[in-house]
Amino acid sequence: MLITKRVEFSASHVCRNPLLSDQENEELFGAAANPHGHGHNYVVDVTVEGDPDPVTGMVMDLKQLKELVNREVIQAYDHRFLNREVEPFDRVVPTVENIAIDIWNRLAPHLGQKGSRLESIRVYETPDLFVDYFGEAA
Amino acid sequence: MIRVTRKYRFSASHRLHAAGLSASENAELYGKCNNPYGHGHNYEIEVSARGPVEGRSGRVLDPRILDGLVEEQVLQPFDCKNLNLDSTAFEDVVPTTENLAREIYRRLAVKWTSAFPGPWPVLEKVRIAETPRNIFEVKEYGET
Repeated sequence: MLITKRVEFSASHVCRNPLLSDQENEELFGAAANPHGHGHNYVVDVTVEGDPDPVTGMVMDLKQLKELVNREVIQAYDHRFLNREVEPFDRVVPTVENIAIDIWNRLAPHLGQKGSRLESIRVYETPDLFVDYFGEAA
Repeated sequence: MIRVTRKYRFSASHRLHAAGLSASENAELYGKCNNPYGHGHNYEIEVSARGPVEGRSGRVLDPRILDGLVEEQVLQPFDCKNLNLDSTAFEDVVPTTENLAREIYRRLAVKWTSAFPGPWPVLEKVRIAETPRNIFEVKEYGET
């Protein structure tokens, strides 16, 4: 069974690869390469897979999941300029793809006990653009 | 691998009427969707592509290229159109949203490699909502 917890954060970013020239970045990313950055209200769906525990009837304790996501992701990301304030985005372009991978990397080590495991991370950059990441193995 | 999905909207009218059936059979089969003057929907489509994150850009695809492809292949032909009368795709095919989903998938698949010439990203699926409660999905439809 899959259970999904949705959380939100607001952050700014600039899509700019420091290894490329200004012109190359503008060609590659368009308006998203504006050096002063711009922001989004991101929505994150964290999906955990597992069987309901016969005693509690739950796949996992949603309160614990919420606290984990707040501690590992929201506190780091919310109301930040991702490129300047959040690792690894000082060296990795904070596209929505790379944000999904980083959220997975932050959460996966803490999940997987007691028979449940991280299934997927979905990140909406806008209501019309989102990505799904299922881990390196998928 | 990452799946990237982008949403688009268009508005169109259609009438569900199977040419091989009688008027009363059509009325019975399609109910109010067989209304002779047609009716319309605000369609919402989701186009999903799958691929690895490309190192230089940190992205699976350039959304501007996908936007251009969808604009040319889907929005221009279908937005504010009568599907039965304005599109050759539905001359012999009833424009149910099942068939519309297949047609949209086919139109994107035909031009996919000219828009995205490399091995990645691949077109994974098209999802179309005719209304918020009627939703159809096509994956890797094999008519390209």
